[in-house]
Amino acid sequence: MKSYRYVARSKAIAARVLGDETMVMSATNSTLFTLDEVASLIWEAVDGVTPLDEIIASKICTQYDVDEEVALMDAAALVETLAEHGILLLSDQPIAVPCAPKMEAV
Amino acid sequence: MSGLVVEIAAKALKLNIPLSVQLDLTYRCNERCIHCYLDHDDHGEMTTAEIKNLLDQMAEAGVFYLTISGGEIMMRRDFFEILEHARLRTFCIKLKTNGVLIREKEAQRLRELGVESVQISIYSHRAEVHDEITKMPGSFRQSIDAVRFLRQQGLLVTMANVLMTQNAADYKSVRLLAAELDAKFIIDPTITPMMDGDRSILNLNVDKAALAEVFRNGDLVGNVEEFCAPPTSVDADALDSLPCSAGHTACYVSPYGDVYPCVQFPMPSGNVRTTKFVDIWRDSPQLKEVRGITLRDMPTCSKCTHGATCTRCPGLAYLEGNMRGPSYQDCEKSFARTGIPSENLKARNAAKSSQTLDLVQIKGLQPAGKNFVAHVTEENAVGA
Repeated sequence: MKSYRYVARSKAIAARVLGDETMVMSATNSTLFTLDEVASLIWEAVDGVTPLDEIIASKICTQYDVDEEVALMDAAALVETLAEHGILLLSDQPIAVPCAPKMEAV
Repeated sequence: MSGLVVEIAAKALKLNIPLSVQLDLTYRCNERCIHCYLDHDDHGEMTTAEIKNLLDQMAEAGVFYLTISGGEIMMRRDFFEILEHARLRTFCIKLKTNGVLIREKEAQRLRELGVESVQISIYSHRAEVHDEITKMPGSFRQSIDAVRFLRQQGLLVTMANVLMTQNAADYKSVRLLAAELDAKFIIDPTITPMMDGDRSILNLNVDKAALAEVFRNGDLVGNVEEFCAPPTSVDADALDSLPCSAGHTACYVSPYGDVYPCVQFPMPSGNVRTTKFVDIWRDSPQLKEVRGITLRDMPTCSKCTHGATCTRCPGLAYLEGNMRGPSYQDCEKSFARTGIPSENLKARNAAKSSQTLDLVQIKGLQPAGKNFVAHVTEENAVGA
């Protein structure tokens, strides 16, 4: 059982869309990640106020042929990994801190 | 480079994205380093608003790695305002500075703004040598203090050691000093011409023996045997390879808005005051020309045994008169590394040997004055 419902992008990151991927770097330890198309959709959607399960239902399961429970488990693994590097913030309450701005696609 | 970084660079190349940009905020500086390739006057720097607008354009164009440099970046009173805007646009930011104006408060602000790393030039572990190079008394202490303040904030710091005749013997101790301060260490053994083409500062370059010693230091180059191995033959892949990222996935913007392929490749390719950054990047005839050059297009380098492994800088070649021609500085580095002269060096030496008789006659007729010394220095640097 997850101890959080809300996810927000940290301000301590560098990020840019590159084609169908998103490059994300932690400003605290310089770890670099690339997010694929689906992970990029989740990255763009996490705003600190929309619960993760709602994001998965509305943004992922409507576009991809995937079981909602499986998608939520995969999404949880993703956001928890990024949170370990300070890239995402997790909370059981809505997160008020302003998110890093969304990046325009190139 | 890690596999992921290489993968990202390859994708940026395929998509024609300017992944990395160096933006110089100013050429003004509080130091007067003897090897500096810039003048230090303000010829009309971009305003705060112009720079913020440029940062917005660069973010939209896909720039991810942003190096902010100068001159001394903190000579601009709006430096933190610019940095804050750049971080809002989520660039991965590296700063190049002499650190003289970074105290505890500035170091804390840099950490809060989330810069990726800070590079500070340290020329020697001896204050008198460092200060003699910067021509600023007390600069060594101030720069080293800056390294400490930044490290106390947990920021990544790199101490950059530019090698020249004045400090040729000091790099090992600077490396130890960096380790003591928990900073990274890099060494640059090449003094480059000034951006206006003036080559007088090249006399500061270390001689071939010092260069060879650096290239045989395993602490700096890793596997010496591999690093200094004789070059292999040039195959078709090497002939079609690109020289470097300049103009391909990277470019440089001056404080006046001029766009060049690289800070070391001052070929004017447009100005962001009159043309959108992305339009310069995509449509500049100069950048397109640079992108079209492969090793195959270089008459002598393509036939040189060093072709596949040479670190030839197209910008230095441009400054030497032809961006498809040789960069003799890199020919000399290849020779110092492997002991095998490049085709360009062989050709130049052959040409010089036909002139040597005249010079020997001059040597016999007059005392060893300035011209003679200059001739000897150049011969030493030829390396073959």
